[in-house]
Amino acid sequence: MIDKPVNHKAWFFVFPVFLLVAISAIIPLMTVVNYSVQDTFGNNQFFWAGTEWYEEILTSSRFHDALVRNLIFSGIILLIEIPLGIAIALSMPRKGIWVPVCLILMALPLLIPWNVVGTIWQVFGRADIGLLGRSLAAIGVEYNYATNWLDAWITIIIMDVWHWTSLVVLLCYSGLVAIPEPYYQAARIDGASKWKVFRYIQLPKMQRVLLIAVLLRFMDSFMIYTEPFVLTGGGPGNSTTFLSIDLVKMAIGQFDLGPAAAMSIIYFLIILLVSWVFYTAMTNFGIDAPEKEVN
Amino acid sequence: MAQITLDKLAHSYLAKPQNDADFALKQIDYVWEDGGAYALLGPSGCGKTTLLNIISGLLVPSKGHIRFDANDVTELSPENRNIAQVFQFPVIYDTMTVEENLAFPLVNRGVKRSEVNQRVNDMLVTLDLKDKAKRKARGLTADEKQKISLGRGLVRYDVNAILFDEPLTVIDPHMKWQLRTKLKQLHEQFGHTMIYVTHDQTEALTFADKVVVMYEGEVVQIGTPEELFDEPAHTFVGYFIGSPGMNILPGAVEQNTLRLADQSFELNKHYRSLSGKLEIGIRPEFVKVTDAAGAGSSGVKMQVNSVENIGRHKIVRGMVNGQAIDAVVDEDANVPADAFAVFDKSRFNVYEDSHLVRAES
Repeated sequence: MIDKPVNHKAWFFVFPVFLLVAISAIIPLMTVVNYSVQDTFGNNQFFWAGTEWYEEILTSSRFHDALVRNLIFSGIILLIEIPLGIAIALSMPRKGIWVPVCLILMALPLLIPWNVVGTIWQVFGRADIGLLGRSLAAIGVEYNYATNWLDAWITIIIMDVWHWTSLVVLLCYSGLVAIPEPYYQAARIDGASKWKVFRYIQLPKMQRVLLIAVLLRFMDSFMIYTEPFVLTGGGPGNSTTFLSIDLVKMAIGQFDLGPAAAMSIIYFLIILLVSWVFYTAMTNFGIDAPEKEVN
Repeated sequence: MAQITLDKLAHSYLAKPQNDADFALKQIDYVWEDGGAYALLGPSGCGKTTLLNIISGLLVPSKGHIRFDANDVTELSPENRNIAQVFQFPVIYDTMTVEENLAFPLVNRGVKRSEVNQRVNDMLVTLDLKDKAKRKARGLTADEKQKISLGRGLVRYDVNAILFDEPLTVIDPHMKWQLRTKLKQLHEQFGHTMIYVTHDQTEALTFADKVVVMYEGEVVQIGTPEELFDEPAHTFVGYFIGSPGMNILPGAVEQNTLRLADQSFELNKHYRSLSGKLEIGIRPEFVKVTDAAGAGSSGVKMQVNSVENIGRHKIVRGMVNGQAIDAVVDEDANVPADAFAVFDKSRFNVYEDSHLVRAES
């Protein structure tokens, strides 16, 4: 090996970034880690608790229930928003005056803050004064998100679909318009049906944007907080108490900082794990297994 | 496989073309013989892709008809014309294996499974892709991908024609030769009518039996590579084909006397009386550069500006009587300081308003 000249000046350039990341991410995260392994009775006096809080969280049925709710919710959201987003993107015009019109209409829901979306639907769906609630009641459909858990779920899912399908649409649309014309011409010459054009040209070409769409929608829906909080505050009962709502109750409501910190870390690791699974599965889809070259 | 007839074909991208200039493709009447290898050659924007798209059915011409054998296909869509097309960039189905790519057009047409397997296998052997059959197509190199897109046309034995739209653009130079050779070989093996669009004269001249030279929406000459070299029908063809292009100089012709650069040449052929802008064309290959002794009485004084060595030949660039002129001489030829140009007088071409005039006898 040749001795490379060592120049420590580079650290001066790395240091500001390191400082920024430390303040913005590492120090807050470490505070959480710190809380998660200690116990306190106030007065700023802490005792070492080891993995006690982690064990408590991992074995508590309260955590399990919320986790299952989260997984089901994210599953439903992905199953609805991804196909719906693709379908809308496919039916959007590719040129002409309607392109900007469609794009702006699509972008509108994305500009509205979460709590406003929650409030809109909360009022819209109310059985006593809401337009939707009253209308449904008038045609004889019993709908009340405050008392019926299924109605609450449906309302939250509709809110999320209304709010975020546009994101999937815009991502898919950008993928679709990037496909060069010869692909479609070749497919026509090869006698491919519409379905096959979708299956073998459009879908593979959208793979990358779909990966981004799935990851964003998974992470976002797994962290859902504002909508159920505004709608019913996690009710009726515990039916819409997702992990984030439970976490806030535990940390701010009960002031159980230790268990709440442990839960945060677990919550974070689950999102990281599932995102990694999605990423690996989707980037490896349609690619050869690692080369087994035979000479 | 079919004979392709272009019957008074013309195309304009405007809805209501007013005059000749509005046409991207001016009227063309031609018959492409069954099993021929044709090249459409011309600079960018000359209308060659327009013509190709009309043949493939991606465009419907504004005027005229196109027939495959006796069938009028002017209004038919590409899928109903039974043609194959290879595009500038390799078009493959990313998620399919090489095999599945080749089988795709057959499966779509409902060919029997056993037949599909048989043909795909044959094609894999023909294209030297047998060992990559099970690989996903997206991992292949550009030239392999281009072979696959060609293969998707060839597996349908009965295609009327295979159209190529500058298919070697994205291929590495050393692979271009191999692919071109492969293409020639496949043409001999299958005998499909092949139409090859390019702006590269080497590709066109090596690939095609007949080259169609296009210029500003007009077909200016259709001929074998030899014809294009010896008797360019238009001064543009003279410039465009050959490296360097033909020398085009102002001159005059009367009966059998040709005047060029203040020098008269007695020809053993006879021209009708000409009017309009007269030009004389002579290929650099037929201009000799010698000294005064070697030139004798037929030499014209030449001022040499530069000599470029291009391997087996040298290109001598200079001036004769105030006109730029190129000559191609042997690599070891001596270019004297006091140079004279000697023209091979049997190789003069006469152009009247840019169009070739043939001698009467």
